[in-house]
Amino acid sequence: MTAATAPRGAARPMSRWNPRNPWRHPWFLEGFTWLYLIWSLVPIAIAVLFSFNKGRSQATYQGLSWHWYFWDKTNSVLHNPQLHAAVIQTVRLSVLTTLIAVPLGVAFALGINRWRGPVPSTFNFVMILSFVIPELIFGVAMFFVFTVLFTSVHLGTLAEVLGLVTWNVSWPAIIVQARLVTLGRQYEEAAADLGANRFQALRRVMLPLLAPAIFASAVLVFSGVIDDFVIVDLLSSNAGNTPMSVIIYSTQHGGNSGPALNALGTIMLVMSFVIAIIGYLGYRFLTRGERGSRIEALTTIAGSEG
Amino acid sequence: MRGQQKKNGFYIALAAPGVLWLLLLFIVPFYAVLAIAMGKLDRLFEVPVAVWNPLDWSSSNVINVSRDLVGGTSFAGPIVIRTVVYVAIAALLCLVIGYPAAYFVARFAGRRKALFLILLIAPFWISYMMRMLAWVDLLQSGGYANKALSWIGISPVNWLGGKSVTVIGGLVYGYIPYLILVLYAGLDRIDPALIEAGRDLGLGRIRTFTTITLPMSRQPILTGLLITVLPMLGDYYTNQLLSGAASTSMIGNLIQGQLGTPGLEGQGAVLSLLLLLVLLIPMIYYVIATNRSSQVAS
Repeated sequence: MTAATAPRGAARPMSRWNPRNPWRHPWFLEGFTWLYLIWSLVPIAIAVLFSFNKGRSQATYQGLSWHWYFWDKTNSVLHNPQLHAAVIQTVRLSVLTTLIAVPLGVAFALGINRWRGPVPSTFNFVMILSFVIPELIFGVAMFFVFTVLFTSVHLGTLAEVLGLVTWNVSWPAIIVQARLVTLGRQYEEAAADLGANRFQALRRVMLPLLAPAIFASAVLVFSGVIDDFVIVDLLSSNAGNTPMSVIIYSTQHGGNSGPALNALGTIMLVMSFVIAIIGYLGYRFLTRGERGSRIEALTTIAGSEG
Repeated sequence: MRGQQKKNGFYIALAAPGVLWLLLLFIVPFYAVLAIAMGKLDRLFEVPVAVWNPLDWSSSNVINVSRDLVGGTSFAGPIVIRTVVYVAIAALLCLVIGYPAAYFVARFAGRRKALFLILLIAPFWISYMMRMLAWVDLLQSGGYANKALSWIGISPVNWLGGKSVTVIGGLVYGYIPYLILVLYAGLDRIDPALIEAGRDLGLGRIRTFTTITLPMSRQPILTGLLITVLPMLGDYYTNQLLSGAASTSMIGNLIQGQLGTPGLEGQGAVLSLLLLLVLLIPMIYYVIATNRSSQVAS
């Protein structure tokens, strides 16, 4: 990644403000960018603020309190059994999906990348298709396969996990393959020359080298499941296996649950941000010997390979 | 020869669980959708009956869907057209808003690049539902949007009562972070030396942009548009949360609605396969394009 630091540091006889200076700072663009950022983030800040609202309103500010998180004896996230169960279900789905999808995807990437023939390239293509297919079309397929074919998998937590793993397995598969391409084969060959068999080379040489990629993909899978909506919406069956995103959706257009929904959304947001920070710091730690920059860590954790 | 085979065996064993998983839970499910789309309806219980053998396929669902899509009494046709119009406008707005922001951060943010990137990436980490909830709060009848309007003397608007503007705005708000991230990555890759060269050869700001930066960002623009358009076409929730009215419903709503309705599930299967068929070419294009660009980058 080449940082696009424009050569503004060169000797500048003209001021940054002078409109005739061809290298002047693009104030208009900067203003536009700030306007975009305000539009993009301020509504969410307001929604978070409303989760601390004292009153029932999601539109008028009535003072700060933890009312909708803990104190309300029936409607707070802590005391409303449905909201409470949703938080637990989201965490459960994220943990289970990450634990299954990451090893599955990493092994798939390692195998597919080295196995020669038409089968691996076909399945690699299938895997990438699963990455770009609209989620609704995928969700419909999952819904039907569990209702007419694999009927012993009832709609519910198991179906949700199976669907989410399939949907997210492409993260580790793609990121690890990208890393394998940049690493090349020389490390494995060196390990083999030094007498390691293939398994030892994998475990002691390749896995440590792939650690940043594996870690980044785990972070992306975990946060992806927290934020997932379509698959869990189509595959959940009752209040016990409905995660937070679906509760926010179904309650918002059905009733008047008040700021407890904002509280639920804020909990999701905090969870995602904690994961993002852990992801960023962990990625920086794992790549500490390399030349990678802060920017690279940021874009990797956002799922963009730059 | 045997060595080659043995070598392959190790990698086949590594890939096998993933391959099996994709076979059973990605390829087979789509065959199940096809079997239901081409299947029959149990008249008694109104449940779809999957027909697995292609020789026994029936076309009743396809005929029903085509009757819904075209012809005098079609109700799905207008929904399809509306979806295309909404998505086209929303994607275009995403590009018009997203490009300048991505361009600024990639080229001019300088030392503050990390800060801008964090702010650009933040929505990516916030649940889509939370982001829509934020707008429901702002746009409801007593919300801040209407308060601001009444403050400048305009009477309140029923934003959430089935307005196209709200739905399109919601789509733009929802999907623009993905486009910006793709654009940023693409624009960041352009060698600043090329832009300098353009300037040194006497091009002005605008000419440099139109002759160098814009042609070089064609690929990121295309992939970025695809990454926003593909999920928009399967979106039913934005519309449902911000409007809920039939007058703004999209293809996603049609498919999702048929999924839970006895007797219509077969038609839902046909529609989702049709959508997949239409999107297959752009999807494959996206895969090839991103593959090529990552090879160029590495």
